[in-house]
Amino acid sequence: MRPTKEQSLEVYRRMRRIRTFEERVGELFVRQQTAGSMLHLSIAEEAAAVGVTYPMREGDSFTTHHRGHGIFLARGADPKRMMAEIAGKADGYCRGKGGSMHIADRTLGHLGANAIVGGGIPAVVGAGLSYKVLAKPNVSIAFFGDGAMQQGVLYESMNLAALWRLPVVFVCVNNQWGMGTRIDRAAANTQFHERARTFGLEGHVVDGADVFAVIDIAERLVQGARDGRAAYLSVECYRYYGHARMDKSPYRTPEEEAEGRKQDPIQRAITRLREKDGATTGEFEAIDAAIAQEMDEAVEFAINAAPPPVTDLFRDVYDDHEPAPEPLRKRLERILTTNLTATN
Amino acid sequence: MIETTYREALGLALRHAMMEDPTVVIIGEEVGAYGGAYGVTKGLLQEFGKERVIDSPISEAGFVGAAVGAAMSGLRPVAELMYVDFSGIAMDQIANQAAKIRYMFGGQMGVPMVLRTQGGTGRSAAAQHSQSLEGWFLQVPGLRVALPGTVSDAYHLLRASLRQADPVVFIEHKALYVQKGKLDPTQADANWGRAVVRRPGGHVTVVTYSRMLTYALAAAENVAGHGVEAEVIDLRTLNPLDWETVSGSVTKTGRAIVVTEACLTGGPAAEISARIQEECFDFLEEPIVRIAGEDVPIPVAPALEARSVPTVALITEIIRKLVR
Ligand SMILES: Cc1ncc(C[n+]2csc(CCOP(=O)(O)OP(=O)(O)O)c2C)c(N)n1
Repeated sequence: MRPTKEQSLEVYRRMRRIRTFEERVGELFVRQQTAGSMLHLSIAEEAAAVGVTYPMREGDSFTTHHRGHGIFLARGADPKRMMAEIAGKADGYCRGKGGSMHIADRTLGHLGANAIVGGGIPAVVGAGLSYKVLAKPNVSIAFFGDGAMQQGVLYESMNLAALWRLPVVFVCVNNQWGMGTRIDRAAANTQFHERARTFGLEGHVVDGADVFAVIDIAERLVQGARDGRAAYLSVECYRYYGHARMDKSPYRTPEEEAEGRKQDPIQRAITRLREKDGATTGEFEAIDAAIAQEMDEAVEFAINAAPPPVTDLFRDVYDDHEPAPEPLRKRLERILTTNLTATN
Repeated sequence: MIETTYREALGLALRHAMMEDPTVVIIGEEVGAYGGAYGVTKGLLQEFGKERVIDSPISEAGFVGAAVGAAMSGLRPVAELMYVDFSGIAMDQIANQAAKIRYMFGGQMGVPMVLRTQGGTGRSAAAQHSQSLEGWFLQVPGLRVALPGTVSDAYHLLRASLRQADPVVFIEHKALYVQKGKLDPTQADANWGRAVVRRPGGHVTVVTYSRMLTYALAAAENVAGHGVEAEVIDLRTLNPLDWETVSGSVTKTGRAIVVTEACLTGGPAAEISARIQEECFDFLEEPIVRIAGEDVPIPVAPALEARSVPTVALITEIIRKLVR
């Protein structure tokens, strides 16, 4: 890609939105406004999100792992509704039922974030199959962490996608760590893209600190997938912080962290924009200020939003046209008023 | 007698078992350097080394199956599934392999392993990290199912599980890890397979286990103020199931309530109450009442999550209505 300055600034803007959003999620947590503490931030994974989604079009779909806020934002999520979902509020994307690990939005092609490592991967095979059968020009992309590289379901999915020539791309956001396990303690061979090749997929690896490199390879692989050549991509990055909010990563050394944290895709983009396009501090500041305001508003929106009504507990277990499960209290009251012998 | 927590009691049980029996090994995700997702195995890697405390990649079908094979080949593995919800991935190894090997192969070999895992609500961990799935395992002959509800049982039930000849699915409750209590490592509250009457009472029998024991005891305390004596039975293991203790109590009280966090339909409460009905029919004064989790997935919103399982207030209310 030879982006214009405007395009490059837009790429920067998309990444900054993700970074600021994730920082605000941390703030929401400190203010005790999140539903639970299972919050997995995608800081320093912005290039994977923005780069891979760059060639995606309307009608394309995707699934993500538990660290998926950034990917959905890159696909056009409304930060207010995301933040509200993370706070477990009725105005959230999933009515406060799912939370941080289970955001989905069918209209934007988000088939769901998943808290089962690898759990969302085969769904893209099914989505790709439906595009093929229905002759739609779309692709479906699975995003997952390096942890999922050791789950059997990934390999069944890869084989199906290659065998059936489906418009599917598997994207491993390889941040080197899965909880307290570094990839070299999870796999004897960490050249994950080679595994994909043995299944007959296009298999590639890209530097996740270089968003423009990610865009380049993603454009190629996504186009190939639209033509029926399923693909795999490792986006190499580094998990800046703990696994979840409470984790301080005691299992890794400060030296390693310092080294890993040099791989900041946003800093890299800023440097490039300055050097190649002559972008000024004022230009970045203007973008950053607008985003900061947008995300502040999202936080306030989430805090002020109403929790789901209690009756929602029974809603959406089945289709709206079907009877909902009978609430425990109602059932017990019914039984006790009709059946108690002592009252006879 | 020591004062400790559910979490530490579990860790101590593993430690003592490993000291006593060199064939005991631990296999699971983050059990070593990380010390376990809920901190149960903290320190064991340092004490017993990486030959016996084995960190696994995220491959539940693989490492649970490996534990099955190891159990058939001279080791006594404790496989740790971080959340019981992940048993879906490992279910073939648990239900079709571990559970059936002794029977299917004519008794030639057993699978003396413990599958340690944890479940339940209480942390807004959402639909895929909060379930109470003991009913799944209960449906598979060949599996033992243990669910400690006290600090003492965290230790003793785990020690006893590690002495069983057959596979034990050992399900902890995530909301109990911080619970404090007394532990005498030399004295269990009862033998393996026996229920324990945690509070005696003559008016109604409340049968429960795991975290709902705490809720049932709180409810029993509430109704005591109204002159109602509830007898609270902690089953401790669902397989084996101690009928003597349950029927002994119900024939005395004539009333039974079964309380589970697991959802209602087709769940453990259904099995327990059906047996009470069959075995104690002549003694029952009232219908057996099940207070169970709602038949819904667990939502993340804290207020909804709390309502998806029985509450102390509801148990209290139902006991009072049943005993008048
Ligand atoms: C099937 C399953 N096993 C284990 C877990 C617990 N768990 C949640 S995230 C995680 C690490 C995942 O690492 P990775 O896939 O690399 O993603 P990252 O968190 O690094 O983004 C683990 C072990 C889970 N959620 N699902």
